[in-house]
Amino acid sequence: MQVPGALRVVEANAIAYRRVWKGSAFSSFVTPALFLVAMGLGLGSLVDRGTGAPGFEDLSYVSFLAPGLLVASAMQTGAAEGSFQVIAGMKWTRNYHSVVASPVGTRGLVEGHFIWTGLRVLTVSVIFGAVAAALGAISPVAALAMAPIGILIGLATVAPMTAFTANRENTEAVTAVFRFGITPMYLFSGTFFPITQLPDWLQSVATVTPLWHAVEMARRVALGYDSALPAWQHVGYLVLVFVVGAALAYRLFSRRLNV
Amino acid sequence: MKPLVEAASLTKRFGDFTAVDAIGFSVASGEVFGFLGPNGAGKSSTMRMIGAVSPVTSGRLRVFGLDPAKDGRRIRSRLGVVPQDDSLDMELSVEENLYIYGRYYDIPRREIRARIEELIDFAQLGERRTSRVDPLSGGMKRRLTIARGLINRPDLLLLDEPTTGLDPQARHVLWDRLYRLKQDGVTQIITTHYMDEAEQLCDRLVIMDRGRIVAEGSPRGLIETHSTREVLEVRFPVGELEPAGPTLHKTADRVELLADRALLYTSDADSALGEIHRLGLRPESALVRRSTLEDVFLKLTGRTLVD
Repeated sequence: MQVPGALRVVEANAIAYRRVWKGSAFSSFVTPALFLVAMGLGLGSLVDRGTGAPGFEDLSYVSFLAPGLLVASAMQTGAAEGSFQVIAGMKWTRNYHSVVASPVGTRGLVEGHFIWTGLRVLTVSVIFGAVAAALGAISPVAALAMAPIGILIGLATVAPMTAFTANRENTEAVTAVFRFGITPMYLFSGTFFPITQLPDWLQSVATVTPLWHAVEMARRVALGYDSALPAWQHVGYLVLVFVVGAALAYRLFSRRLNV
Repeated sequence: MKPLVEAASLTKRFGDFTAVDAIGFSVASGEVFGFLGPNGAGKSSTMRMIGAVSPVTSGRLRVFGLDPAKDGRRIRSRLGVVPQDDSLDMELSVEENLYIYGRYYDIPRREIRARIEELIDFAQLGERRTSRVDPLSGGMKRRLTIARGLINRPDLLLLDEPTTGLDPQARHVLWDRLYRLKQDGVTQIITTHYMDEAEQLCDRLVIMDRGRIVAEGSPRGLIETHSTREVLEVRFPVGELEPAGPTLHKTADRVELLADRALLYTSDADSALGEIHRLGLRPESALVRRSTLEDVFLKLTGRTLVD
């Protein structure tokens, strides 16, 4: 790794973040927390009168929802860092070009970008976890135990997203990814209900989404439920998506910035 | 003393397009060296190779005696880079932009604070130090970009089109700043398509056209070798320039007919103008001036620099 170059990029991002943290905090924590209250407690009061999904009969809906919502929020943060931030660096502020001209170089830029995203996602996970624990949805220990899963899904999202955005000229295609990729994943990867409720063909689609693997892991860690696959397979899948995405992102960054 | 930059048969290709075509040059310490040429001549590509950002396609390039392909990081740490577009962070303050950039060069925090004081002074941005960059004028932004390029006390400063897009007053302020740097012994490489800029700033320059170097020398030397001491510019009413051509040719060493005017190269423009009148031509206007690098470029390539 290009330490300290990557850390300098993290430091620069942190300084820039100070300017925008209020707006960002809203979409990162406040919105998911409102979701948890409205869906978990409000809608949940109706859900809990039903029979419950198979396997989750004695679990309150808010407890079911909290781990899924935590990793889904982490995914969204990762997606934002891998899309609009990247276009800004390439095109709007062109700040990536000045990083590449410095000793930090393309390698440090890409690594710093991922480390920074990891930190962002960690904060999102910890704060959301604290809110969920305060609402009594999960235990404080469970909230903390989910943070690594939050980082994993954040990285498994930001890396392919960064690669996808690396040679875009505008936000059109990126917006499409949010509309047709991120949002459906958010809704149908087991966050709000188990994917066993989906038709068979949609279930198989859901099982290849990184978010589903993260949701399975989060519920396993937070609530002690068995995950669909052994833990190492869920984690391994997320790591694989990150590694492939990161390698691709680095290649595409070099191709664009070192011409 | 070894040159800071040395290039031989340096070539850059993008697919089938050859942007830089086997050029050779060297830049000595303390010198201000220029690449003059129109847009697309290969100046920026050359700069990016020197900056160890863009890989060399073929040929040899050494910066500080190092090979950019192997020691890019070491080269970049000793360079100051002033890109054509400022690429500043518009949302951050003047100080923050300098600070972040200093960190990229791994300069200790306290040291950066001290240098920021000097650089804000140098860039004449004292009153704006804590304000956001976005609302600053073009000249201020460019001065900040130059200050940013100096944060690591570079051995060589690369300036790509430093005054493009600035108003005349801002250009002069900037030239003054660059001249100061030169007096402080900062080696500079400048690309420009403004001949007056090259004449003002450069000790030595090469003229580039279509990826090749077509001439090399000091601004004065190039003008002496490739042009005459004086130039007479005459304009004629529409349609009268072309018929006047053959007659004009009798009055000067060399004549260039442009779309809207004729340039007469001569050692004595006043007597050439007298001769024109004597031969019965009545130009709409006439201007006597000294030869510039633009004239050199026109002679060497048959085209004007800025169209």
